[in-house]
Amino acid sequence: MEKRMSWDDVTELGRALSLDLGRYPADYIEAHIETAEATHITYRAYQPEVATSAISTGGNVRALVNGAWGFACGNELSSIYPAIGRAITQAELINGGDARLASAEGYVDQVVLARGHDPRLVPFADKIALLAEYNEIIRRTPGLKTAVVSYSDSYQRRVFANSAGSFIDQERADITLRISAVAAKDGEVQQANLSLGSAGDWKAISNLHQEVASTAQKAALLLEAPQAQGGEYTVVLDPLLAGVFTHEAFGHLSEADHVYDNDELRQMMQIGRVFGREDVNIVDDATLPALRGSYKYDDEGIPSRKVYLIKEGRLVGRLHSRETAAAMGEQLTGNARAVSYQFPPIVRMSNTFLEPGHSSFEDIIADIDDGIYAKGWYGGTTSMEMFTFSAGEAYRIRKGKITELLRPVVLTGNVFTTLKNITAIGSDLHMNQGGGCGKGGQFPLPVSDGSPYIRIEKCLVGGQ
Amino acid sequence: MNISDILTEAMRLADEAEVFFIEAEDTSASFEADKLKKVVNRQTNLYALRIVKEGRIGYAISADPQRTSELVTRAVETSQFGVSANFEFPAPSPYPSVPVYDPATEDLPIESMVEAGRYLIDALKSAYPALSCDVSLSKGVTSLSLMNSKGTSGSYKQTTSACAVEGMLVRDTDMLFVGDEESSCNPVTDTSAILQRVLTQLEHATTNATMPSGKVPVIFTPNGVAGALMSPLMSALNGKNVLEGSSPLAGKQGKGVFSSCIWLWDDPMQAFMPESRPFDDEGVPSQRTPLVEAGVVTNFLYDLRTATMAHTKSTGNGSRRGVGLPSPAPSAFIMPNGDTSVEDMISDIESGLIIDFLMGAEQGNILSGDFSGNVLLGYRVENGKIVGRVKDTMVAGNIYQLLNQAVALGNDRRWVGGQVMVPSLMFGSLSVASR
Repeated sequence: MEKRMSWDDVTELGRALSLDLGRYPADYIEAHIETAEATHITYRAYQPEVATSAISTGGNVRALVNGAWGFACGNELSSIYPAIGRAITQAELINGGDARLASAEGYVDQVVLARGHDPRLVPFADKIALLAEYNEIIRRTPGLKTAVVSYSDSYQRRVFANSAGSFIDQERADITLRISAVAAKDGEVQQANLSLGSAGDWKAISNLHQEVASTAQKAALLLEAPQAQGGEYTVVLDPLLAGVFTHEAFGHLSEADHVYDNDELRQMMQIGRVFGREDVNIVDDATLPALRGSYKYDDEGIPSRKVYLIKEGRLVGRLHSRETAAAMGEQLTGNARAVSYQFPPIVRMSNTFLEPGHSSFEDIIADIDDGIYAKGWYGGTTSMEMFTFSAGEAYRIRKGKITELLRPVVLTGNVFTTLKNITAIGSDLHMNQGGGCGKGGQFPLPVSDGSPYIRIEKCLVGGQ
Repeated sequence: MNISDILTEAMRLADEAEVFFIEAEDTSASFEADKLKKVVNRQTNLYALRIVKEGRIGYAISADPQRTSELVTRAVETSQFGVSANFEFPAPSPYPSVPVYDPATEDLPIESMVEAGRYLIDALKSAYPALSCDVSLSKGVTSLSLMNSKGTSGSYKQTTSACAVEGMLVRDTDMLFVGDEESSCNPVTDTSAILQRVLTQLEHATTNATMPSGKVPVIFTPNGVAGALMSPLMSALNGKNVLEGSSPLAGKQGKGVFSSCIWLWDDPMQAFMPESRPFDDEGVPSQRTPLVEAGVVTNFLYDLRTATMAHTKSTGNGSRRGVGLPSPAPSAFIMPNGDTSVEDMISDIESGLIIDFLMGAEQGNILSGDFSGNVLLGYRVENGKIVGRVKDTMVAGNIYQLLNQAVALGNDRRWVGGQVMVPSLMFGSLSVASR
């Protein structure tokens, strides 16, 4: 006979764990229980292709024994108690380590979804109908070959318990919409993309007919566009791409797990080091209301808070887990996150942005004689010192004016020079809600990033 | 419920049905900054039900063994909106024997994995004491079974083992990353080949060299080929992109598109490789599919549905990676070995570049074949010799232009990450932009 765990059963299991975990022989133990429901719908080549309904349940236990970590997960909730033993045994195999945790009190709290942020309440038929409208807009656009319209939503309930008595029950929701319009002619293929999301708010993606139409038109135009010539340019980034830039250029480097265990990197990333001009301020803030990277408690049960990473051009803070905060003797920030119960939490960003300045877009481009305006995004990646970020579209700037359309470009920077080359910051912050972040095999983690328009001098652009 | 119960249940409401079940357990040991940091054990399972009802496909998945009974109602709900079912589930057919299970991997003690990791780190650090190493060793066992209403029923058990190393050297504000990996169905506990390759990377990157902008000859190492050139090809040879016209190779079957020395095939039947299997995720027998022969495009990769729409047969490439319905995906991409030694390639170059890892190459308009990225690990060649590591250097090109020019194939073919087996490739000219 199957027995499904009810809402109350999960609550009871979480409460029991919060009382029991402290009794096991370990420095620290935590457990996560997660139930999730998801819907995926894809239109491909103008046909509804995939409609999937997915459910999952699972749990994990992470144990710190004598300074070393063991972790066990599975999707049988009945085996969560046996997993405590497995996690401890695995940690013991290591024979001691140097992990210590910054002290934190136990929290008991419940966080429910914000009103209007539950995608499960939107009827399946409404989801299909909206995608059919977007699909039809693209299908009617002349010059296109095919398109992919892809929608996903998820609802998660995560219950956290630890050996300090924490018992936190949090609901989260996430919606993403990705549209890719493809144009092809004479063996040449070009595409234009739109990627948006929300923390479960259906309205955020339900009125994009105009954006969808202009994305579709862009793909056809790109076929005629020339490629940029590679080299150094003065570039202007729109807020979407500048958000990706902020995330890649500095966000990842401020994750303390990259730094805490390496003396050279600690030296390199000393608090107070100048990375940019005085008007450069970069923030990570999970407490912002209802963004995709927002949460009240991280996956170690630590309350989130606003963290300045760069203030007036200087490094002033970084993102921490309990372990990295202890190792570096710095304050907790609540940035330990896991994509699901199948992974231990690691240091991650939440909502990361460059604070607005005072320039208008016109001022930013006015004195550029020959440059590139890069807009939208495919993605970005970093090796900490050097990073790349790729634009969805690009234009040549000539004598202070936006001129011809170019093929998408990939840009690269070096954290020690590029941030100092930001010479203008716009006044209009915009948060990009369409991305997912990958690190340590955990992808995609809902995050948002943002920025106003920015200008970067001497930015290296790839091209033939 | 077991999968045959789910199938029976589904057939009460559906016209056709297929149940897929995968159960996996993996264990990994991770070293961070040279120290053994954590041991992770993961047990997961996933049920997927695909039905045909009133001519439409319905689909539901569950990663919750307690909630399999909901699969049928959820699949029926999605079928109202599903794509029309223009294909049939496969009838029973014999499966080839493809060895993918090694009990030695299943029984591999964590202690042996830890020991292999320590050996690797100790050997690297004795040569480069300032190097900081992250190493992960893993082993896993997967059981997969599939049943459909045409009577097909198959199952297999597969083991995987992997070792990956990343080394970091920090000198003031200069950061160097090196790394390598290996995976197999057999235990990966002999790390001597990985060690040798990483030591070579470190040796070539001992000093930094400046790279002038311009067009230069370039060598992609097997790592470089796998990272920068394979994903546009995988996307272009995907039957779905061909069918929809979003592949530059659409309409080019039977035509010479690449240089005549280019051969490529998809092969899920290599013994003890992680992408190998006796049948695909739709129950279609595995086959080796030639994709490019002497520069001529010969085949594309299909799953059941895409093949029917393209009036051809599935190549056994139906894959359920991710959460959606099966879709065509490559197994392992394999190129033949060449006959030029990399030393000979290098000695022929007056001024050029070796690319081992191109950062950002997979981000961009992959469909067009354009690629561009930062040479995160690459070396300047001057007068026939490697003179140092390049930095702050971008390259850009198009794989169709590159693979249609004179290419030299290295005699150093090897597996990269278990999904690609390629040699080094040398091309006459690639655009470089540097600071």
